[in-house]
Amino acid sequence: MKKEKKPKLAVWKFSSCDGCQLSLLDCEDELLTIADRIEIANFREASRQVLRGPYDISLVEGSITTPHDAERIHQVRRASKFLVTIGACATAGGIQALRNFKDVKEFVSLVYATPSYIETLNKSTPIADHVFVDFELRGCPISKTQLIDVLGALLVGRKPTTPTYSVCVECKQRGIVCGLVAFGPPCMGPVTQAGCNALCPSYHRGCYGCFGPKETPNTSALASYWRGLGMKNDELLRLHRSYNAYAEPFRKESEAHEK
Amino acid sequence: MSTTTPLRIELSAIDGIISSLRQQHYTVVGPTVRGASIVLDEISSTSDLPVGWMCEQAPARYRLIKLPVDSLFAHTVGPHSWKQYLFPPILRLFSANRNDGEIRIGDGLPGSDVPGAGDAVRPYAFLGVRSCDLHAILIQDKIFGGGPYQDAYYRRVREQTWIIAVNCTLASATCFCASTKTGPKASSGYDLALTEVITEQDHYFIVEVGTERGLKLLEGLNHRPANESETARAAELVEGTASQMARSLETENIREVLYQSADHTRWEAVAKRCLTCANCTMVCPTCFCATVEDTVDLTGMRAERLRKWDSCFNMDFSYIHGGSVRSSVKARYRHWLTHKLASWIDQFGTLGCVGCGRCITWCPVGIDITEEYRAIRDTTLTNLVPSSTEEVENGNA
Repeated sequence: MKKEKKPKLAVWKFSSCDGCQLSLLDCEDELLTIADRIEIANFREASRQVLRGPYDISLVEGSITTPHDAERIHQVRRASKFLVTIGACATAGGIQALRNFKDVKEFVSLVYATPSYIETLNKSTPIADHVFVDFELRGCPISKTQLIDVLGALLVGRKPTTPTYSVCVECKQRGIVCGLVAFGPPCMGPVTQAGCNALCPSYHRGCYGCFGPKETPNTSALASYWRGLGMKNDELLRLHRSYNAYAEPFRKESEAHEK
Repeated sequence: MSTTTPLRIELSAIDGIISSLRQQHYTVVGPTVRGASIVLDEISSTSDLPVGWMCEQAPARYRLIKLPVDSLFAHTVGPHSWKQYLFPPILRLFSANRNDGEIRIGDGLPGSDVPGAGDAVRPYAFLGVRSCDLHAILIQDKIFGGGPYQDAYYRRVREQTWIIAVNCTLASATCFCASTKTGPKASSGYDLALTEVITEQDHYFIVEVGTERGLKLLEGLNHRPANESETARAAELVEGTASQMARSLETENIREVLYQSADHTRWEAVAKRCLTCANCTMVCPTCFCATVEDTVDLTGMRAERLRKWDSCFNMDFSYIHGGSVRSSVKARYRHWLTHKLASWIDQFGTLGCVGCGRCITWCPVGIDITEEYRAIRDTTLTNLVPSSTEEVENGNA
């Protein structure tokens, strides 16, 4: 039997916590199948062995926060046929994009003994602000199920199943009772994209918005309804300013509550 | 059958009904308290029912309240509806396995939580079906079980299902079944219909029998014909429920009003509030839309096709070449309300709304279907042009 040439996969890290690329190692049961079907050509968290590009699939984790990052992402793009950004950092700038709302020089002078050693950009930005991205996987961290689905979809040439509707749809498909209605806000579910299988609501917690804004998110309607229930501006600001703070709909909404 | 005189059973007979159905291998499903709400789940005795609980409902608000009496059915409809058993949120339509170059089609996946379309179905007995929800089931019977294209899974489950209805003796603030003529008293489609009566000295049920098997179930349980005052007391309670309803939907000319209101300014106003989160359609007991998802595992050896609840509020729902047909919030809300209250009549011969009020309670920002329709009607009715079915352009599904 003819030995098929396996597609080459590379994993790249930019500014991030490594949690999303860990999801690949976290595949456990499926990991051997992945290794059997895909040649892991560059994945430093798993192996020292690095094969030369070009790569059929690149998974890019992290945001662009340094001048070096901003150059390196172009090299990654050039070496990749299909580039998938993984996680809130890569798709929206991540939690480190909180700096985008302040003066980064001030942080640097407060935190580091020798600020002149630090070379950093004023803003933490998503990969798609710098290069063309073929597919985005949301989440903080990403969903293992969605990652396997996307890899599987690429292998057979089908469409991935990553819905862009609200977390509410997943709650309802699982029969989870809406906490917003049954015990009160906050829950970011109605404006957040599905993908986590309603993880927090299934533990009676409101959604934190890890998967970022859903398609056509009406954040101002939800925020003004909550304000009517007595929620304060700083609370509304914090709700929209977390892992996906720099995703435009959440950014605009948090800015609307800035005093 | 329903012409027989009402019977009286005692509180203890409810346990008799449950255990007798369970002995006949029915999975008895009924209301039960879970966390902060009353959901539907398998029950094995009256102690699983919401004993002494009622619910307080308002737009975007649901709270449980403890009562000083041991009522079984003082609550109204909750976050779940019976459609989750007949039209499961996720159903495996089929799976395909590749083996030695051969593809084998099946639908079962042992050990999976997701039911398969061809699985042997568990026979259900629904206990505590309210009139609004019973009407919703009768509507879904037409959708899935009527016409030339029938849903085999739905029909198989539905044909075996027992329905023990409960007439409502309290209304929630979001209820409006009296105006849609779908309650609060169950009129047909049940095996048995119960009305709970609690007085200072007494706690009993008036039973109306709808089927032979319903009557047979009561054999062996202590029952006697209800006397006139008992029947009158039950009727009074149910009539009282109707008069408690503060909300209403004016159904006269509803189709014509909506067909002539496509450009109404109210749609823009509601679009500013609507989150397009799809909660209203998911909790609606008549909404029946689904999408189909195909997945293939990493080895390429196993594929499956799942049917999942979908909503006309999702962008992909109306996605065709070039994009979503209804990309604006206004278009999606208008589509939903107009289908529910107007084109549904052309499609299935009834309103798509049974007045259960779930879409009002479970909307995270409390959008009220009765209020939205009233706003449109109040400004459209004066200019209403009588229309015939032929003139109706938009028979959308």
